[in-house]
Amino acid sequence: MSDTDSVPNAAPQKGRPADKAPARSFLNQLELDLRLLGMVGAFIAVCVVFNLLTDGRFLTPRNIFNLSIQTVSVAIMATGMVFIIVTRHIDLSVGALLATASAVMAMMQTRWLPDTLGLPLGHAALPWLAILAGLITGAVIGAFQGWLVGYLTIPAFIVTLGGLLIWRNVGWYITSGQTIGPLDETFQAFGGINGTLGAQWSWIFGLVAAGIAVLALISARRNKVGHGFPVKPVWAEAVVIGIIVAAILGFVALLNAYEIPSRVLARDFAARGAEMPEGYTAAYGIPYSVLLLIAVAVVMTVIARKTRLGRYIFATGGNPDAAELSGINTRLLTVKVFSIMGILVAISAVVASARLTNHSNDIGTLDELRVIAAAVIGGTALSGGIGTIYGAILGALIMQSLQSGMAMVGVDAPLQNIVVGTVLVAAVLIDIIYRRRVGGK
Amino acid sequence: METKADPRANGAPDPRASGATPLVELKDIRIAFGGVQAVDGVSLDLYPGEVVGLLGHNGAGKSTLIKILSGAYKADSGEIRIEGEKATINSPRDARRYNIETIYQTLALADNLDAASNLFLGREITTRAGFVDDAKQEAETRKIMARLNPNFRKLSEPVSALSGGQRQSVAIARAVYFNARILIMDEPTAALGVHETAMVADLIKELKAQGLGIFLISHDTREMMDLCDRVSVMKNGQLVGTERVEDVTEDDILSMIIMGKNPKRDAA
Repeated sequence: MSDTDSVPNAAPQKGRPADKAPARSFLNQLELDLRLLGMVGAFIAVCVVFNLLTDGRFLTPRNIFNLSIQTVSVAIMATGMVFIIVTRHIDLSVGALLATASAVMAMMQTRWLPDTLGLPLGHAALPWLAILAGLITGAVIGAFQGWLVGYLTIPAFIVTLGGLLIWRNVGWYITSGQTIGPLDETFQAFGGINGTLGAQWSWIFGLVAAGIAVLALISARRNKVGHGFPVKPVWAEAVVIGIIVAAILGFVALLNAYEIPSRVLARDFAARGAEMPEGYTAAYGIPYSVLLLIAVAVVMTVIARKTRLGRYIFATGGNPDAAELSGINTRLLTVKVFSIMGILVAISAVVASARLTNHSNDIGTLDELRVIAAAVIGGTALSGGIGTIYGAILGALIMQSLQSGMAMVGVDAPLQNIVVGTVLVAAVLIDIIYRRRVGGK
Repeated sequence: METKADPRANGAPDPRASGATPLVELKDIRIAFGGVQAVDGVSLDLYPGEVVGLLGHNGAGKSTLIKILSGAYKADSGEIRIEGEKATINSPRDARRYNIETIYQTLALADNLDAASNLFLGREITTRAGFVDDAKQEAETRKIMARLNPNFRKLSEPVSALSGGQRQSVAIARAVYFNARILIMDEPTAALGVHETAMVADLIKELKAQGLGIFLISHDTREMMDLCDRVSVMKNGQLVGTERVEDVTEDDILSMIIMGKNPKRDAA
């Protein structure tokens, strides 16, 4: 069958080898995602504006460190919400499920394990067994909700609206409404400030990450050349590699520039019974929670782009009937997607409760809305089939920057929410206009 | 697609005369949706290298019958035999196992994915590590597209950005890539222009020559007379009759579709 576009005398088609080189613009040659550039641009604009408004207090290493650790919990869940929304569902229960997972983990490490297994508080196995229990809780509850949606065909909106009411109060019953804490010290290391890599390991991590990124880009290029596909010019590839390496190392440098206050250092030395040397300094470096987010982002991106599961998730979102007719078990897929969401919620619960150093009943309240907003600001289409992991993380970062920036400027709390709400709606509008321009759906 | 050395290819006498086993036998198939008998006791067969046309009004039950064979629906009763063996087809996956490929009227493409992802949907080529091998898939897609539609170039764009003809060629490529033996085409030319319709007709003849059995659904009676060896007419879920195209005129078929009976046969 012929291509109906190729009417005689029609303009030469884009991408035809003959007209490749001269006509294409600089940005085209870089083959960067315009939507990604737009979001990065918006994020930079937010940062610069707040930096001006706060006389340079917004873009300090300290604030960037805080911004990073505040974003992690919502960002981790937002990556899972991308899959949920891509398959045309929604999950309103993530904030409440976070409370249940957090309650299970808090009770495990402070009551249940010490009482049943006789492990003393502070035992090395406690935090890990607690985390395992939390992950299982998240996975099972997620899978159960997915089963209700996929097999019993109850709309996800209803199932998770019910979940929103149920899981927060299941959490309440687990803890009898008490605040549980302090949590195990190893457990607390996932919260942010209490667990960081330090300067040296941060640099090592940064260099390794940059190295892996470069190798991945080069091998992707080789693969394309091997199959005779067109590749971008070498200089464009070099520019992209340069930007990525600079971004990774710049981020590490910034976090390493945030030094631990000397009184905290002195306390640490005192605790070890040593004297702090004169003029001794140390940096926080990359928080473990941020490493966790990076790991989640990598795994979720690989699932989305490189596995059958990811392909089926996007195919089902694009056309559920076509997916079904292609032999994809879309019901089981729904269970898997909700179960992944549950696991990610449990990981977020570790970070959120560790950051607070205890479990409280209101943990994760309204997180469902933040998570959905992050995914949507990040370009996930509620009509299904479209969304990216990095977009959702950037969305979470933009939301958190707006919120803490406004708090620093001293904007009234009600006005803060008005602004965030407006940004959410405006972001979706811009996305719709952009898609119409480029001719997608 | 491999070219199968088939003795019955092209110009061979009527395969049914040779006493060969039919590729597909549908026996007394019935299915009802909420009290409406959509397919009511229909029996059909299909031989290798043969094109059997299904005709009838909208709602006559053609697409439903064909969806039972392709695994999209499960028959309430009746039997499906593939090469004489009783076959159990409960899902599209089962149908693919019997080398039954379907080009649906709606094309059944995921609009947000590119041509290669659609072509291999549900049957991805994976690397040794178990990841989807996009480069290999794209290379294979290029190969088959070069044969089916040489003008096809938008390989890395979502299929929503393609024209009707290009989308159709993706759907056809998906059906013929995996060595289909039984091909079901549900109105493959409905959305196409004159030139592309001719190309589909050529493709059907080529596949037939390779020994595939093809069920073709269309509303275009003249096209059916041209492409099919036999035509079966359905009305209100029931089979009106199956005729060799040499034995009937277009008018006979039309009256079978409209009145539900063959005037010649009734006269005889």
